[in-house]
Amino acid sequence: MIEIKNVNKVFYQGDKVINALSDINLTIKQGSIFGVIGSSGAGKSTLIRCVNLLERPTSGQIIVDGIDLTELSKQELTLTRRKIGMIFQHFNLLSSRTVFNNVALPLELAGITKKQIKNKVEGLLALVGLEDKRDVYPANLSGGQKQRVAIARALASEPKVLLCDEATSALDPATTQSILELLRKINKTLNLTILLITHEMAVVKGICQEVAIIGDGKLVEKGKVGDMFAHPKTALAREFIRSTLDLSIPEDYQARLQPTRIENSYPLIRLEFTGASVDAPVISHVAREFDIDISILSSNMDYVGGVKFGLMLAEFLGSEASAEQAIQYLKDQKVEVEVLGYVV
Amino acid sequence: MSFNAVVTWWTENTRLIELLVDSLGQTLVMVFTSGFIGFALGIPLGVLLHLSKKNGLLENSALNKSLGIVVNIGRSIPFIILLVALIPVTRFIVGTSIGTAAAIVPLTIGAIPFIARLVEGALLEVPSGLVEAAQAMGAKPIQIINKVLLPEALPGIINAVTITLVTLVGYSAMAGTVGGGGLGDVGIRYGYQRFDGTVMMITVVILVIMVQIIQSVGDHLVKRVDHR
Repeated sequence: MIEIKNVNKVFYQGDKVINALSDINLTIKQGSIFGVIGSSGAGKSTLIRCVNLLERPTSGQIIVDGIDLTELSKQELTLTRRKIGMIFQHFNLLSSRTVFNNVALPLELAGITKKQIKNKVEGLLALVGLEDKRDVYPANLSGGQKQRVAIARALASEPKVLLCDEATSALDPATTQSILELLRKINKTLNLTILLITHEMAVVKGICQEVAIIGDGKLVEKGKVGDMFAHPKTALAREFIRSTLDLSIPEDYQARLQPTRIENSYPLIRLEFTGASVDAPVISHVAREFDIDISILSSNMDYVGGVKFGLMLAEFLGSEASAEQAIQYLKDQKVEVEVLGYVV
Repeated sequence: MSFNAVVTWWTENTRLIELLVDSLGQTLVMVFTSGFIGFALGIPLGVLLHLSKKNGLLENSALNKSLGIVVNIGRSIPFIILLVALIPVTRFIVGTSIGTAAAIVPLTIGAIPFIARLVEGALLEVPSGLVEAAQAMGAKPIQIINKVLLPEALPGIINAVTITLVTLVGYSAMAGTVGGGGLGDVGIRYGYQRFDGTVMMITVVILVIMVQIIQSVGDHLVKRVDHR
């Protein structure tokens, strides 16, 4: 449905040349939900804006539904954009129009009769669950409601593709979930292809089937969501996943941390479970087998696409020898082990 | 001043009152006609200034620069000089260079660049994301102007209307220079040059009330259309 072929985007800042996107290739299947994840400044916003040519790629092709957008004239592009819906982080609703009239805007642009507009808009408001807000101005809506209006507006011209530019980044977690739920619903009922970009792992995990990681303007890795999180192939992908799982050492622990083992200190260990790790109850096993007590400090485990993965910070309380053995055992189980220091 | 004193003054000064009523009419005609024409031409000019800007919808730096220079020139000439300097133009347009109609020409020409800058400022307040959203949904430039930019900037534009009308009330006081009449002219000729404090006071009070009304109506309208 969407093909991004060899896309490059270069910005010039005075004499400085900034490669916002370098040689990006992506294919997004009809009816799928595709996520692009990356930290801020990675170029993901530029990428999604290239898909409807809000940002014109310096080189490369953008093919949506078989049409190469980069070759269209201005007028043709304007008309083709009507088949590509887009929602934004800051909603971009017109403050001067009511909910009804905001949703009606794309239909007005297309020159559709008042009566047809009324039917269409009422149907859309029902779809997003805002029938009772039709005559309210956006200023009186919550963030989640605004994004629902924006979604209804984006769907008004019956697009084949919906682009979501950080659509949930300004929303709280619960609202994010309800918006994702709505996106999943319209993906199913309308067979709409959704491309979304985000910096939130939860969003990708929540609704995407496929994901691409982008860093420094380059496509680092792409694949099925489960595979990606379980078996990250590249260092950058792993780093990104780890950063979203970030477990930092509490300050008071940090203060008590010694670089070497001294009397009455115990190792503080970071365990990283990946898709490669043996799927077994290793923690209790280690405790039993090597006669150590394991005190879990914090843990961030997740389950995506049939694999458990995540990070854990734990103290291994026991003799030096048994702790060593336990660490070796965990390594054998393909759990990544890192001794961060020794806590007094 | 007791009520009786007012009544006596009223009956003794019917000619003066007639003069004030006439001049009030002239002021209103000058202010609103020049304001109306000024907006008819100034709003499109302001829109053009905004659109032709760098990264604007219809970016055109040559057009933007030249319009900018013209507008700046228009705004930098003191109105009293513009009034006199434009006499040939006025004569060409209205056929005469004296009278209320003749004063409207310089008032209008003085107002246009003023309005254009105010409108440009109002358009600048419209978040660029809205224009982007409209582009993304396939709006043509003219649709973006009519359905997004102008409606979204409406509170700012009404504010600009208010400021312009108030400024025009002030400018119209100079219209006496070309025989345009109006309250300001009465104030100068009868109040200042003939040392008639009462007339001066009355004209000033009427002008103050007029400005108050314009401002209140403007504020009220802004409140009504502003849903931000």
